[in-house]
Amino acid sequence: MFLAAEHFVRAPDWEWFILGYFFLAGLSGGSYVIATLLRLSGDPRDEPAARTAFYASFVLILLCPVLLTADLGAGWWKFWHMLVNVTPGNAGLNFKYWSPMSVGVWLLLVFSIFAGLSALGAWLADRRGREGPPLFGPLSVAFNLVGALAGLFLASYTGVLLSVSNQPVWSDTWTLGGLFLASGLSGAAALIALLTRYRREAVYSLLRLRMADGYFSLLELILVIAFFVTVVNAGTGARTIATAPLWALALVGLAASLVGLRAEGRRMRPSGGGGGGAAVASVGANAVLVSVLVLIGVLALRAAVIFSGQ
Amino acid sequence: MEIKAGESYGFFTDTSVCIGCKACEVACKEWNQLEGNEPAFLADSFDNTGQLDAQNWRHVKFYDKVPDRPATTGNGTAFLMMSDVCKHCQHASCMEVCPTNAIIRTEFNTVFIQQDVCNGCRNCVAACPYSVIGINQKTGTAHKCTLCYDRLQGGLEPACAKACPTQSIQFGPLAQLQQTADARLEALHSQGATQAQLYGRDDKVYGGLNAFFLLMDKPEAYGLPNAENAVLPSRNNIGGYVGAVITAVVGVVAGLVAFRRRGMA
Ligand code: SF4
Ligand code: SF4
Repeated sequence: MFLAAEHFVRAPDWEWFILGYFFLAGLSGGSYVIATLLRLSGDPRDEPAARTAFYASFVLILLCPVLLTADLGAGWWKFWHMLVNVTPGNAGLNFKYWSPMSVGVWLLLVFSIFAGLSALGAWLADRRGREGPPLFGPLSVAFNLVGALAGLFLASYTGVLLSVSNQPVWSDTWTLGGLFLASGLSGAAALIALLTRYRREAVYSLLRLRMADGYFSLLELILVIAFFVTVVNAGTGARTIATAPLWALALVGLAASLVGLRAEGRRMRPSGGGGGGAAVASVGANAVLVSVLVLIGVLALRAAVIFSGQ
Repeated sequence: MEIKAGESYGFFTDTSVCIGCKACEVACKEWNQLEGNEPAFLADSFDNTGQLDAQNWRHVKFYDKVPDRPATTGNGTAFLMMSDVCKHCQHASCMEVCPTNAIIRTEFNTVFIQQDVCNGCRNCVAACPYSVIGINQKTGTAHKCTLCYDRLQGGLEPACAKACPTQSIQFGPLAQLQQTADARLEALHSQGATQAQLYGRDDKVYGGLNAFFLLMDKPEAYGLPNAENAVLPSRNNIGGYVGAVITAVVGVVAGLVAFRRRGMA
């Protein structure tokens, strides 16, 4: 299926806006998934971190359409042409399941609704000073589950979109969807870990957020290896050389969270608890550093992929 | 020739008789009011156009294989010339990915980008395997050869074919062009030019090309993907999504394992 294709194709010049979009979409989708997983943990003390993640997911998704529309050559106001067919005599909605850009636009819309309502729910609960489980109990968890599915799609389809082309590197590998998803989840875990600094009760989930970040990074590492194997196999590996510094940054982010995973693993083993006070205090300072490195890595990974292909 | 809606039209470009005069490029620009790019010296044989893009919908390629000390006359292959153009693919990669449906198949079975529908997302640029489409800097939309859609509607043949002095570019109903091409290939083969081959005449390349070629070397020599490499973007959907789904399942399980871990304090 993945041929060692000779590529005679032109680059689409998808650059900074698209990089920004890929980054924010990955973090937003990832944050929503993490918020939902925190709710599924069954511990009401994870609720503050979950709400923080819902807020993050919503704020980030607000920026996405701005970047996407700014990238359109014909003007941002023509964005709706992706949703509605304006061909004379052929009016109707545009949806092509075989074109990830077409599917993605719809999912972005759907996800935004979920992110908006979930953030609203979190805000209402916060305002009423409610602790513990979400408003409307199981119903809202079911709602979150559907939103999380959309979040998983949003964080991954951008990679598939690149692959569904005839560009070198991008179309030579099946790994990009998974790779962007794993790195989006890892980045989101790092982001929420960082944000727990601004919400005291959320600190309870900090150590396990670090652990989750580590697991996601492990998954990402496997996919990075698979990426290089497939691309080298297709004969376009040399194109990644020019982006070596970006790959290096991405690997630094990966390494940071894997080192974090080891440390957290040790901390959890004796009697650290999901968030024992002393353990949390000591993890605070390097948590910031790890989170920042991970987030830079998430951005660098996307930049490396985008600029290796064109 | 009467041009009728509902019939398939195309170009048969016979590179063996191209003399590299670029009349097609000029005629195309004149009719379509293309301003052309800023002149630049490319130092690339007789090619000073460089590539197909938003301003160049025909591009005469020059493949200079003349040996330093020619021992033979070259037999028509020492200097390859080819007037390149949008292939108006039957299975068009550009059309496949376009999210706005700006790219349509016309009543002449050609591939056309509707300028008022296109929003400049550039997905088609990443998809076209022949590097045909360019973004017009003024309109921000995707441009390429229209196979003179407006002329066909008015019953006229495309400007490039009309201007070509050697009939290297022939326009007509596809079935008729295919017959002409088959006869020409047979003639060349019988003259000993066994390397001559048709490209896009049958459905092996993108289901068949409405603008197909007679080449004097293998497709790769002209910068064209061979039949094996002529693949559509959608081939990668399944692999991409399967990879994402597996990652999603593993990721969710990993997240649950991490978050459900309880302390023993
Ligand atoms: S050659 Fe390129 S632009 Fe022309 S129809 Fe085929 S894919 Fe589309
Ligand atoms: S640039 Fe225009 S023609 Fe090309 S895919 Fe986007 S909307 Fe379609």
